[in-house]
Amino acid sequence: MLDPITVNIASLNLALLTPMAVLAFGALALICIDLFVKDLSKSFFVMFTLLFILLDFTALIGINGPSRGFFDVLLVDGMSTLAQGVILISSALFIITALSNKPFKEFKKAEYYALFMFMIIGFQFMVATDNLVLIFLGLETASLSLYTLIALHNRNKAFEAAIKYFTMGALAAGFFAMASLILYTLTGSIELSVISKVLIARNFAPGAFVLAGVVFMLIALGFKLSIVPTHTWTPDVYEGSSAPLAGYMSVVPKIAGLVVAIRFFDIFLSSQIVWVQNILIFLAVITMTLANITALVQEDVKRMLAFSSIAHAGFVLTAIMVGGTQANSAIFLYWILFMFTNIGAFTMLWIARHKRNLWDTRYQHPFAKFSGMVKVSPMMATIFGIFMFTLAGMPPFSVFWGKLYLISSVVNSGHVVLAVIMVTNSAIAVYYYMKLIVYMFMKDPITEDGNIYEANSSTPIKVIVGITLFFTVTAAVFVQPILSFVTQMIQSSGY
Amino acid sequence: MEHILSLIVFFPLIAGLFGLVVNKENIKTFGIAVALVEFIFSIILWIGFDSTNAGYQFVQYVALIPQFGVSYYLGVDGISLFLVVLSTLMTLISLVGLNIKKDIKNLVITILFLEMTLVGVFLSLDMILFYIFWELSLIPMLYIIGAWGSGQRVYAAIKFFLYTFAGSALMLVGILYLGYQYYLATGTWSFAVPDWYLLVLPFNTQLWLFGAFFLAFAVKVPMFPFHTWLPYAHGQAPTIGSVLLAAVMLKMGTYAFIRFSLPFFPDASVYFLYPVAIVATIMVIYAAMVAYAQKDMKQVIAYSSISHMGIIILGTFAMNAEGLTGSIFLMLSHGIVSGALFMLVGVIYDRRHTKLMSEFGGLATVMPRYAAIFGVLMMAAVGLPLTIGFVGEFLSLLGFYRVSWIITLFAGSGIILGAVYMLTLFRKSFFGKVTNEKNKNLKDLDKREFTALIPLVALVVILGVYPKPILSTIDLSVKKMINLMERKALLPDTKEFLVKVNSIGGTK
Repeated sequence: MLDPITVNIASLNLALLTPMAVLAFGALALICIDLFVKDLSKSFFVMFTLLFILLDFTALIGINGPSRGFFDVLLVDGMSTLAQGVILISSALFIITALSNKPFKEFKKAEYYALFMFMIIGFQFMVATDNLVLIFLGLETASLSLYTLIALHNRNKAFEAAIKYFTMGALAAGFFAMASLILYTLTGSIELSVISKVLIARNFAPGAFVLAGVVFMLIALGFKLSIVPTHTWTPDVYEGSSAPLAGYMSVVPKIAGLVVAIRFFDIFLSSQIVWVQNILIFLAVITMTLANITALVQEDVKRMLAFSSIAHAGFVLTAIMVGGTQANSAIFLYWILFMFTNIGAFTMLWIARHKRNLWDTRYQHPFAKFSGMVKVSPMMATIFGIFMFTLAGMPPFSVFWGKLYLISSVVNSGHVVLAVIMVTNSAIAVYYYMKLIVYMFMKDPITEDGNIYEANSSTPIKVIVGITLFFTVTAAVFVQPILSFVTQMIQSSGY
Repeated sequence: MEHILSLIVFFPLIAGLFGLVVNKENIKTFGIAVALVEFIFSIILWIGFDSTNAGYQFVQYVALIPQFGVSYYLGVDGISLFLVVLSTLMTLISLVGLNIKKDIKNLVITILFLEMTLVGVFLSLDMILFYIFWELSLIPMLYIIGAWGSGQRVYAAIKFFLYTFAGSALMLVGILYLGYQYYLATGTWSFAVPDWYLLVLPFNTQLWLFGAFFLAFAVKVPMFPFHTWLPYAHGQAPTIGSVLLAAVMLKMGTYAFIRFSLPFFPDASVYFLYPVAIVATIMVIYAAMVAYAQKDMKQVIAYSSISHMGIIILGTFAMNAEGLTGSIFLMLSHGIVSGALFMLVGVIYDRRHTKLMSEFGGLATVMPRYAAIFGVLMMAAVGLPLTIGFVGEFLSLLGFYRVSWIITLFAGSGIILGAVYMLTLFRKSFFGKVTNEKNKNLKDLDKREFTALIPLVALVVILGVYPKPILSTIDLSVKKMINLMERKALLPDTKEFLVKVNSIGGTK
């Protein structure tokens, strides 16, 4: 006869669940409120969501104590806290952009906000565990919500984007399931920490199966991180989504994916498995190179930014390959700095949104649209220019510091050639960012009316641009506090 | 005086931001006022500078990212002092001579930003800070060429930007690698230049690091064969862009050679001495020949810049006090002379909207004052004794004579070629009869142009006759640096070479 199982509530350490629980409560409450109260306005939804994101954040900061909980499924270590912080801050910045000047259907629906909150929960779970099944659940919760959010934008392109993303995402989910299955078969566990121990004890034999597990996992994560060759959905999906959502997608799902990638590849890299390193180097190099070269020929700013975000992901992948405290800290430093700039840049596109495609039959934001912008709207042009130079890694703006620290970690690990490839790539990248600057600053204006670039602007959105711009420009001052905090968190989680 | 360096670096930035509010009609006056104040600051710096102290003065140090060793570290010594004064002077003069009306507000603010970055490059004592200003200086110049240039301005601007950006990409890896070497050697991170001066690197490491830095600096100088962006940029740039590009921005490269390449990698510098010297000699002769073949006045001066930069490189790689002091002095004199020449070409371009020599002839009779000033500056450009051009050129070549007389001979022939193309230019444009109808009624220099040019002409003569106050200040810091190189040198060959070139007649 089985012994009765007794579970001590204290040992579950439910406090670790509070951040997600708070937000889940918020999402459910929002749906209920919407049932009873008619004609809720956009401003209510946004502020309500923002409130719960902040509560979530407070709960996250409040956590201290053991990092494991809920039958050891949850793992809220330093890295997880950091990633959740990034996710929540980007979400807060993102949701405010809904307060745009022009009305949009999706922003009037309570479901949009509820789904948004569920998506955040999904991503939070994804980074707060090392259990493959919970990662899978988090990933799917988040992705399914995200597909719907894209589709709610209610344009033909948006449907196309949602379907495309859904199809690709489903494929990725399949690969993830396969990878988990193989790893479970090999080791009898779905927890990365146990898998790691078993594999190391067995010296990573049998090689073919381990290879298969790694490859399947790589493909699954590759879809989420938009690593070449699984990046093809990215530009189309970004193009179809609303600009802020595209910016959000280039930051949040990727940080979640990066955390999973760090946790997973650490198993192999900490034991110096060379072939895993080589695969990662190869993927990183082709990802940044191909993305940069493709970005050169884009005619639409949003698509260009999509390829740029692929290139940035390739850049960061090198740090995963390097491993260790400095490299992992570099990933987070890079991504935190990148987050502000990239959200700022996409928000600028959002401000310049116009109902009709005025300049091109296909594209909403062709380069020509921004011709001579400095003459009709100098402030906007300058801000946009700063964001572009920042993404290109020009010093002393934010992304430069991330790039510096990241390349330094690559150099320190002895991969000097890789570092040279990386800087060469950033020299290529500068060309397409500069293309927009050339249009804005050196061409003659095509319109007299500067308002066309601010059609969708509103005070809250300007505040968002202001915040992101502030952190972008004055990053030099914040690097030290961010870096020491990040390093401390990463060290405490044992990476 | 404590914070004067920070003041000098950031005053133009702050003033430029204030300039955003200033009315469009008054922005030029505002710009001149700011540049004048900035120039006065740099003069105060010069006055306050202790010329008996070879080390860094007015040092300012704030740890920016202590964990990673990045700091805000400024300091000035004899090597950088006059380059700072040159930057502020040329910015002031070029703003006085400015007569662009289109989008003048953006232009003036951009010039002020550019001034900040130029001064920042010369004052930074932290490699990361240096790299920041180095890269940042590209943005204003990109905008100046791209927005106010002529012809294929956008192409020229992008070419300029990409060339220099790509060139310095490798330097970033070099900086990070050196930083890591420092970390390995000492256990702490630091990117401070004086710290790195103490770091002795293995010979092989020196070799490739020298290469990584060399590429960045060579593109900037620009050294043959990386020079192709320069004539193009000059061809399309507006006058003010050309003036600042030729007078100050090119000096960033040669300054960096002296400040970083030589003391960081003494053995590699000596090892690569002859290849570099040969390239520099090719630059001198080849660019002079190309300059002779040009039809466009501005292109002649652009190529003559390349030719002169070759002599500066030679002087630098002589690695003795004469050569280095001479090359720094030549940087100053070339800055003043080429800046003034570009302004003069700008003057005639404003009147005729062409720079082709064949369009002119007999200008001396129509514009006597213009011709006289042009004449003086041309003399300085060819290095006539008692002009500013002579001092630097002579010292640089004298310095290199200790290293190799044959290379010096070839490079010296470049000076003769220089006289050939400059005099040809002068003859074609100024002498003879006025053949072109359009030239008959050209106005001579007006008050604005006169105000801008006279100080430069005065400097050409005064410093040509009595360069000592400047030379002695430079000399002290240069000697200290050579001493450092000698102490740091790993290989006996390097030590021997440094002793040889630094003693008269090769003996002690």
